[in-house]
Amino acid sequence: MNLTQHQSRIPIFAAVIFVCVMSPLAAEAHLNSTGMGPIYDGLMHFLMSPEDLVPVLALALLSGLRGATYGRRTLFVLPAAWLLGGSIGLAASASNGSAIISAVWFLLVGGLLAADAKLSLRVTTALAVMLGLYHGYLNGAGLGLSISSAAVLLGLIFAVFVLIALAAAFVVQLQASWARIAVRVAGSWIFASGLLLMGWAMRSGHGLKPL
Amino acid sequence: MTTTPRQIVARWSGVLAVVLFWTENAFAHVQKGEAAGFLSGLKHPISGLDHVLAMVAVGLWGAQLGAPAIWLLPVAFPMVMAFGGMLGLMGVPLPGIEYGIAASAILLGAAVMFEIRPPLAVAAAIVGIFAIFHGHAHGTELPPGQSGLLYSMGFVIATGCLHGVGITIGTVHRWGWGQKFLRLAGAVVVAGGMFFMWKAFSV
Repeated sequence: MNLTQHQSRIPIFAAVIFVCVMSPLAAEAHLNSTGMGPIYDGLMHFLMSPEDLVPVLALALLSGLRGATYGRRTLFVLPAAWLLGGSIGLAASASNGSAIISAVWFLLVGGLLAADAKLSLRVTTALAVMLGLYHGYLNGAGLGLSISSAAVLLGLIFAVFVLIALAAAFVVQLQASWARIAVRVAGSWIFASGLLLMGWAMRSGHGLKPL
Repeated sequence: MTTTPRQIVARWSGVLAVVLFWTENAFAHVQKGEAAGFLSGLKHPISGLDHVLAMVAVGLWGAQLGAPAIWLLPVAFPMVMAFGGMLGLMGVPLPGIEYGIAASAILLGAAVMFEIRPPLAVAAAIVGIFAIFHGHAHGTELPPGQSGLLYSMGFVIATGCLHGVGITIGTVHRWGWGQKFLRLAGAVVVAGGMFFMWKAFSV
């Protein structure tokens, strides 16, 4: 092989390298790919998304503080609303959540939990419906219509259901006053996180942009 | 066949180009920075001894005062501190932050050292006022490019845990030697606060 032949292959090698290097990989904008199928992907997405998880946890704890009836109501209403919101979102064009609205959810539910607010069953139900519709819609819109979207949504809702069941049931059976206070302290932490998130969103101009 | 310097440069340029332009997965959300955001938030309150002293002192004082102060003060502090943090993030100026932080350690330490027992509202107000200084200092120092939500959560959790450390230490208050020990701990906090006040003045 002489030098001329060697040089003639350089453009070919360069092209191959260029294709390899510039080959785009999957952009995982919303979904954590577990490699175990869409149900687990949805489940993991919820568990890895604090903007979704924390308000649900706070509402579950609040419902648990109010008693078993409240806990049961949230257990079934919130996932149902999430499913409805998600189904609407699947058909919608892509929509991004607002960091300020997420902060408002943290402030609202965290504040109510910290204050151990004596909400009526109707108000608790309304909160669960609004929370489920809003977050479900965002999840659905993020997924978009595809074959696996429904399965992802189901996995996500399953995670919501299990989290509410565990958190609310845990709090319902708490008898010691210090333990109930500890739950309220968690609410104050959620409220405080919401305040900081609000400031962060305002400073960086992320108020109307996704988290 | 000998390799010329030009050929060596050409080969290594190719390798360098591959390394530099290698595409990675695009994570549109903050997944890649999540751990960093949460961890940096978690580390922030414990990175400064002046903050640590004041926050532990809040827990110690709450433990000395007993219920309901034992849980009210550690609840009030993070919430008001977050409000101060929000002000700092929004760029609202607050003068004399370093003095305020040092004064918080001195006064909260003195409250523990002398086991001062004001009305609950007064204790909560004292803690709340100082919390604004601590929060503002943290808010203005938020590192750019981090996840705001995870940073905030880590930050609040770390603060709460520092109060928890103070409360846990404060449980020795039930014993006579424990009461003396807590007063001594309050004196250490005062000394630390005076050191930081001296540093604030000397800057």
